[in-house]
Amino acid sequence: MKAFTVMDGLVAPLDRANVDTDAIIPKQYLKSIKRSGFGPTLFDEWRYLDVGEPGQDHSKRPLNPDFVLNQPRFQGASILLVRENFGCGSSREHAPWAIEDYGFRALIGTTFADIFYSNCFKNGLLPIRLPEKEVEQLFLQCAGTPGYSLHIDLDRQVVLRPDGHSIGFDVDPFRKYCLINGFDDIGLTLRHADKIREFEARRRIEQPWLFA
Amino acid sequence: MAQTLYDKLWSSHVVHTEEDGTALLYIDRHLVHEVTSPQAFEGLRLANRTPWRVDSIVATADHNVPTDRAEQGIADPTSRAQVEALDANIRAFGALAYFPFRDKRQGIVHVIGPENGATLPGMTVVCGDSHTSTHGAFGCLAHGIGTSEVEHVMATQCLLQKKSKSMLIRVEGELGKGVSAKDIALYFIGVIGTAGGTGYAIEFGGSAIRGLSMEGRMTLCNMAIEGGARAGMVAVDDTTIDYLRGRPFSPRGDQWDRAVAYWRTLRSDDGAQFDRVVDIDARAILPQVTWGTSPEMVTDVRGQVPAPEDFADPVKREGVARALQYMGLAPRTPIDQIRIDKVFIGSCTNSRIEDLRAAARVVEGRRVADNVKLALVVPGSGLVKAQAEAEGLDRVFKAAGFEWREPGCSMCLAMNADRLEPGERCASTSNRNFEGRQGAGGRTHLVSPQMAAAAAIAGRFADVREVV
Ligand code: SF4
Repeated sequence: MKAFTVMDGLVAPLDRANVDTDAIIPKQYLKSIKRSGFGPTLFDEWRYLDVGEPGQDHSKRPLNPDFVLNQPRFQGASILLVRENFGCGSSREHAPWAIEDYGFRALIGTTFADIFYSNCFKNGLLPIRLPEKEVEQLFLQCAGTPGYSLHIDLDRQVVLRPDGHSIGFDVDPFRKYCLINGFDDIGLTLRHADKIREFEARRRIEQPWLFA
Repeated sequence: MAQTLYDKLWSSHVVHTEEDGTALLYIDRHLVHEVTSPQAFEGLRLANRTPWRVDSIVATADHNVPTDRAEQGIADPTSRAQVEALDANIRAFGALAYFPFRDKRQGIVHVIGPENGATLPGMTVVCGDSHTSTHGAFGCLAHGIGTSEVEHVMATQCLLQKKSKSMLIRVEGELGKGVSAKDIALYFIGVIGTAGGTGYAIEFGGSAIRGLSMEGRMTLCNMAIEGGARAGMVAVDDTTIDYLRGRPFSPRGDQWDRAVAYWRTLRSDDGAQFDRVVDIDARAILPQVTWGTSPEMVTDVRGQVPAPEDFADPVKREGVARALQYMGLAPRTPIDQIRIDKVFIGSCTNSRIEDLRAAARVVEGRRVADNVKLALVVPGSGLVKAQAEAEGLDRVFKAAGFEWREPGCSMCLAMNADRLEPGERCASTSNRNFEGRQGAGGRTHLVSPQMAAAAAIAGRFADVREVV
């Protein structure tokens, strides 16, 4: 996994609440047995005017000029600004895969759906939860400022606005530790292999029917 | 100290806790399907790892499988490749049980687990699928995980988790005629909102819940995720135990007695504290119908579509306007004047035998309306299908003009050939009405099986209480 420490990035605003994972990446692309290459189909139904199919050359498809990510000023954005309950719906990890593959490294919003939130950390993406009024301010500033960029420092847990205003955010220490170091959870968990074996052995005696 | 059911399930699975409270949770049952597992198996292979405990795995192919002419195999090459990848992965790594495409016990992963007794009280159950919350109906801690976590569970038999807050949704009183668990589900989501349960594990309690069958409890827990909660659960009682007796993977002999004695402790103690309690009067729940593109956009069949200006919050107002535009609905349209094009009875929410019986009772002796182009019944599993056929339900549906299909996820998410065309409107017993969920441009209204059946007959939404 890619490590995340500090970043400076252009912000793209996606101004709708309850963006679900079907909207982030529609089901036809879930048939892939790979983990990469989902970027071109991120927000597929909003981004293109036609209905996409897997295996297609997406660069030849007609773009929806009204969709925010298609506007020239947001090309190259690496921070996605979102509204409440982003990532709700299906558990598909294809959603963070697509977001990451598109080029985003961080998301900022008020609330994220639980499964989506933890899926982000497994893929080197940092979802940042901020109070509503801070998010509102970011939307306003972003709309009014061409080339609006933010500085994110995971170690210090701050988002720095261009006007110097800094906003602190919370993140679980364990998740932060894994993300900063780019650690793979499985390796970390297997350090406790003995404990897992002990637990399992006890369980086998107490509830043998679970091991039939 | 008095503990909640969630406290008990949580604490009995903690292997290790990090300083910040992140716990390593032991996983008893791992359900696997074709869509979210290939990358996990590939990850195992790349890292030279093998599953920690193969006999915790129960697998099936459900999302991609065709529901008609199944004997001809899977026509779509990408769907076929995914199903074949699962076949190959299970062959290579093993499982306690695998119900492949066309097996007589194949079906939707959340239907086959319980019906085979592979979901038992007190377990932790995970699956790379958000509707894993369904299994909480058995007094389990069950939740959906992402593909990285699927790989993590395979490799370590554990999941890294932080404990959630707890919410009790207490539904007291008797449900009215024609009102089902699906209506409770849609109703509570309307009350708390789709983000209302974010960060919580929900326990459903109260006399109305105790009165539900296991099928009903599964329907309800299934939709906990639509209320934002990863996990939903119901305490163990006689209904739970009666359901499990004699199932293929249920314990037997004195193991059964020991298990039952333990299972009976799986309920919240009197006086246990919840972080949030939501009280609902069962009598206030009427048959529900969603009108928008999020399950919280719901009202009852006597209601009408709202207008954006009814909402003070600008983000909400904008969301409602966008939803009405997508749904092709004018503000203030009475729900029972919305005409439909298709009907889908199926999905892990409502494809169990009781759901099919309830729908069949409404349909019996009637005909699907002329304006309904397609009315589908897709049983949740091969066993449900066989049971329904033994009871003659297939004949009731077919005589009314429904199509009777092979088990699978089908038009719940339209990964196979069953889907809505752009602009088509569907009365669906599934769980998500998101834009494009049942096919690009398709318009989904979520309802109970009875209400879907009534809509099929009327050609528009109709109050099932007036039909039966
Ligand atoms: S029936 Fe629908 S919600 Fe259930 S597992 Fe299948 S696709 Fe997911």
